[in-house]
Amino acid sequence: MDYQSAYFEFLCRLGDNALILGHRISEWCGHGPTLEEDIALANIALDLIGEATVWLELAAGVENKRRTANDLAMLRDAWEFRNVLLVEQPNGDFGQTIMRQYLFDAWHVLVLTALAESRELPVAAAAAKIKKEAQYHLLRSRNTVIGLGDGTPESHRRMQAALDWSYPYVGELFERDEIDHTVEQKGVVNQSANLWDHYYEEISSTLQRATLQIPAAPHSHSGGKNGQQHSEHLGHILTQLQWLQRAYPGAQW
Amino acid sequence: MYAQMIASQASDEDPKRLAAFQKRIDAGEKIEPKDWMPSEYRKTLIRQIGQHAHSEIVGQLPEGNWITRAPTLERKAILLAKVQDEAGHGLYLYCAAETLGISRDQLTEMLLDGRMKYSSIFNYPTLTWADIGAIGWLVDGAAIMNQVPLQRTSFGPYARAMIRICKEESFHQRQGFDIMMKMCNGSKEQKTMAQNALDRFWYPSLMMFGPSDSDSIHSEQSMAWKIKMNSNDELRQKFVDQTVPQANLLRLTVPDPNLKWKDKRKGYDFTMPDWDEFLAVINGNGPCNADRLSARKKAWTEGQWVRDGLQAHAKKNANIMIAAE
Repeated sequence: MDYQSAYFEFLCRLGDNALILGHRISEWCGHGPTLEEDIALANIALDLIGEATVWLELAAGVENKRRTANDLAMLRDAWEFRNVLLVEQPNGDFGQTIMRQYLFDAWHVLVLTALAESRELPVAAAAAKIKKEAQYHLLRSRNTVIGLGDGTPESHRRMQAALDWSYPYVGELFERDEIDHTVEQKGVVNQSANLWDHYYEEISSTLQRATLQIPAAPHSHSGGKNGQQHSEHLGHILTQLQWLQRAYPGAQW
Repeated sequence: MYAQMIASQASDEDPKRLAAFQKRIDAGEKIEPKDWMPSEYRKTLIRQIGQHAHSEIVGQLPEGNWITRAPTLERKAILLAKVQDEAGHGLYLYCAAETLGISRDQLTEMLLDGRMKYSSIFNYPTLTWADIGAIGWLVDGAAIMNQVPLQRTSFGPYARAMIRICKEESFHQRQGFDIMMKMCNGSKEQKTMAQNALDRFWYPSLMMFGPSDSDSIHSEQSMAWKIKMNSNDELRQKFVDQTVPQANLLRLTVPDPNLKWKDKRKGYDFTMPDWDEFLAVINGNGPCNADRLSARKKAWTEGQWVRDGLQAHAKKNANIMIAAE
């Protein structure tokens, strides 16, 4: 695979993760369990949509086919999306939403930390900025997971169920393929081999404080990051996300 | 307005105290939470600020309805920021109400069991993207009419909340108008959507100011206490006079055959909204009342375990801290 294509795909992965998770979180608007949570969720969704815009603009520039960030977000079909399966999973109850968020945030901060050292300067600059947001997201999702895991028997039960539901989607975050190798060789990212170790350290300490059990021998779902097999949920997200652009081609909004 | 049909009556407390209180208000002093105030003043304010706060919260729903379908990434970000602002307005209005001795939870329960209301406007559906433009342009425009004078209201916490809210509302109105401009300069379908949105939101926007002064419930006391700053008709006229030229600029037609500029009194003649419809909406029978309230009830009920869980955890932590001391 040539570098330009790999680099484009790599940026789409970053952008699509933020876009699809931002979409999911935005579904909570007006329906949160407390007013403060409602505001926080809208805030995080807003950050993620902003991040998606940054990555997809970079991707569009690298691709150089006169597509814009909006074109990439609004006019690609399911097989062209490169987000991991975790972020397209349904919101479920608040527990499932915040667990998904935590498992993503913990990974996101590590990835952005590595990307902030990128030899591609636009990537380094974007990652350094986005990392600050992601650290805040992590602080909040971590505390909420701990609070609810170690709250009442009911909140504990729900958080364990949320972890059991989400955990099989964690493995895909750490899968590496030809695209990763190609961009690593060019120094886009200096992927330290022990990313997983750092991640596991973070989540095991948090989940212990939350009195939650990491599922013993999890199976692992994948197919989102490489676009080979998304879940059925993505198509439904796109019917909303892309509705106006699809229904009124070329209109300016 | 966001607070509609708030009745107020005189208090039957010590006339000397009442007179001294009125003197402070007339002198333009701010009443602060720890100051003595007539019980009716307190009661009316709780109702008014509470209704205003509820309107901000319920008001998230019609606009939230379009966040996942916003047409571009930028529009989506703007709408998210706006709806988040509304929730923030709700938050500091609840805080202002709490200084009067009522909790946010109590206010929420009164909203959910129907003892308290929210603005009639949020019981209308958002059917197309143009409705998001129309809400910003018309609904936030109408809200600003009322909220700008409320920055000078007599109760300190309410006045200060209003100052902050007004700054954000004027942004909201501009973004709404900007959406309308784009659509009115766009395709035939977009223009149709824009006109259709104006057709549906015009009269409900006029209803926001409440019934005509001649039919309005007793509000002299609120005026004297500077809780209500202008009459309903006064603000409605101001809104129409400001909005009609904007509609002309957009090349949209205000759905009122009787709309006519009167040079003599420098204002428009216009048709009043259907007050039977207004009363039906206020009494729970508008197109979206059931949806809105059930969404809020669902959020509250399904959020119970989250609130309980976080509180239980906070309590455990507090106990650990005490034990460690």
